[in-house]
Amino acid sequence: MTLLVDIGHRFGDFEIEASFESAGRLTALFGPSGSGKSTLINLIAGLIRPEKGRIAIDGRVLVDTQSDVFVPMHKRRIGMVFQDARLFPHMSVAGNLRYGRWFTPASERYADIDAVVELLGIGHLLDRRPAKLSGGEKQRVAIGRALLASPKLLLMDEPLASLDEARKAEILPYIERLRDETKIPIVYVSHSVAEVARLASDVVVLSQGKVAAAGPTGAIMQRLDLLPAEERGEGGAVLDTRVLRHDESFGMTVLGSPAGEIRVPRLARPAGTPVRLRIRARDVMIATEEPVGLSALNILAGTITAVRPGVGPTVEIAIDCNGAIVLARITEQSKHTLRLALGRRVFAVIKTVSFDSATTGPGLPAEADG
Amino acid sequence: MNWLLDLTPDEWNAVRLSIKVATVAMLFSLPPGILIALVLARGKFWGKTLLNGLVHLPLILPPVVTGYLLLLTFGKRGPAGAFLAEHFGIVFSFRWTGAALACGVMGFPLMVRAIRLSIEAVDRRMEAAAGTLGANPLWVFITITLPLILPGLIAGSILAFAKAMGEFGATITFVSNIPNETQTLPSAIYTFTQVPGGDDGALRLTLISIVISMAALVASEVLARRVGRRMDIE
Repeated sequence: MTLLVDIGHRFGDFEIEASFESAGRLTALFGPSGSGKSTLINLIAGLIRPEKGRIAIDGRVLVDTQSDVFVPMHKRRIGMVFQDARLFPHMSVAGNLRYGRWFTPASERYADIDAVVELLGIGHLLDRRPAKLSGGEKQRVAIGRALLASPKLLLMDEPLASLDEARKAEILPYIERLRDETKIPIVYVSHSVAEVARLASDVVVLSQGKVAAAGPTGAIMQRLDLLPAEERGEGGAVLDTRVLRHDESFGMTVLGSPAGEIRVPRLARPAGTPVRLRIRARDVMIATEEPVGLSALNILAGTITAVRPGVGPTVEIAIDCNGAIVLARITEQSKHTLRLALGRRVFAVIKTVSFDSATTGPGLPAEADG
Repeated sequence: MNWLLDLTPDEWNAVRLSIKVATVAMLFSLPPGILIALVLARGKFWGKTLLNGLVHLPLILPPVVTGYLLLLTFGKRGPAGAFLAEHFGIVFSFRWTGAALACGVMGFPLMVRAIRLSIEAVDRRMEAAAGTLGANPLWVFITITLPLILPGLIAGSILAFAKAMGEFGATITFVSNIPNETQTLPSAIYTFTQVPGGDDGALRLTLISIVISMAALVASEVLARRVGRRMDIE
C-alpha cells in the first residue's frame, strides 16, 4: 500500500501544509499537540474537506481539489479508531462490532468476526453495553469495530492517549498483533515517543502544520532534536534485534544485534523472535577505554559519527557500533574532559536494568522491511 | 364509582373521538415534526428565524385565530381544502379529520421543541464514527440519530397527544361542535356547562379527561426511563 498525501488546509489561525508518501506497515504521524496530526488524519478519513491538495491510496484518488474529486467518508473504506472510542451507546458490543460489516459489500468482506474477537480478546464482552466497559475494553472493541468493516487502511487517532499506563500496557500488545498478523496498513497518530518507537515501521514528524521529517523509525528516532521537549528524555536509538537465548540462572534474555549481544531483563519470547529495542540516550554512558570492574553488563564498541548540541548543558553523541547507531546524552563537561570528537573509538555502556517493558516490544517481522 | 363509568352513548363517543383525534394528530405530526426539528437544529439557511417563528405561531396566537386561519385555508372554499378535496378526496371541514388537523397544528410547536432539543444534544462524533464505518447520511440518521433521539421523540409525542386531548378553541372554530363527529371531550364538557343540569356530565368527563392525561404522562415517563436505561450515555 502506498499512501500519498499532499494537502493545504486552513483552520482558523492554524495552517497545515503537509506532503508525504508512505508505504509502511504502520506509519506514525508524530508530533506535539497542535502540530496538525489529528487534522491530517481527519483529512485522510474524509471528516474534513481540504482547501487544496490531493490524497490517494494505491493510485485511488480520494481527494483532488484540482479536478474536484472528493470521495465521501462512507465510500472510502478507511477504518478509524478515535481517541474516545465512540462506541454506539444504544447497541451491544456485538451490535457495534457488526455495524460496519453491514455496509461492506459481501465481495469485499475479508474480516472474520471470530478471528477479530479472538485477536482482541473481547469474546466475553459481546453481550455487554458500551457503558459497562472499562476504557481499555472500549478501545479494543472500537478497534474490532473498525476492522470488521474490512477497511483498506486503518487510521488510529491517539488510541491510547486517554488511558492510564496500565491500560496502555494492556492494549499495546493487541496493536502489535494487529500490525504483525493482519495485512491492513495502519496510520497511527501519537505524541508519545514510547508508542512510536515500539509500534511504527515509518514515522512522519509534524511540527506546526508542516512535515519536519519522514523516514524509517530507526533513522527518525536518532534525530533527538525532532522530539518535543517534554518527550526528549524518552528519545534514543531504536534497534531491531532478535532473541538469541535466555539466561535462566540470572533471569535475563540475550538479544543479538549488529552492535553485539545486549542483555535485558527476561522477556517472554522464544529464541529467534524479533525484538524492537529502544535505548534511551540518557541511559547510555561513554567510556574511552573498555571498562573493567563495572556492574553494567552491556558494553558496545563503536565510533563517534556525530556530536550535536542538546538541551541545556548536554550534548548528544551518535556512536556507530558495527552499523547500529547508539545515541548517548552526556554533559558538555564530560565531552570536554574525555575529549570526545568525531571518529574517536569509544565504548557505549548500558545497564541491563535500564530496559523495561516500555522499551522492549516485539519487533516487526522481517518482511515488513520490503 | 358507578356514576363515573355510567356514561351516556354521546359521552362515550366524545371520549372515543377525543382519543382517536389525539392519536391521529400525534402520529401525523411526527414525520413533519422530526423533519422541521432537524432543519431547525442543524440547518444553516436564510429565513431560519422566520421558519422558527412560523412553527411557534400556534403557541402564541389566540386558538380562535388559528382555527379561523385553518377555516380559511382548509375549509371547503379554502385553497388547500378545495385542492385536497378535489384530488385526494380528503375533506376537513366539519369532520373529525378537521379536528385532528386543528389539534395537530396546535400541538406541533410543542413536539418540534422537544425533538429539536434532543437532536441538539446528539453527539455528532457518533455520527462521524458511523460514517467512517460505511454508513451513508441516511443510514446514519436511521441507525444512529433516530435511536439516540428516541427519548425526545417520546416526550414530544406525549406532549402533542396531551395538547390534542385538551384542544378546544381552534377545534370548535374550525369544525364546530357536532356530536359524534367533532365533539371532543372539551367541547362536550363545554356543552354540558351550557345546559341546566349538566353539572354531573361535565364532572364525569372532566375526571375522565384527567385520568387519560395522567395515563399518557405516566406512560411517557416509563418509556423514557426504559430507553434511558438501555443506553446509559458513556
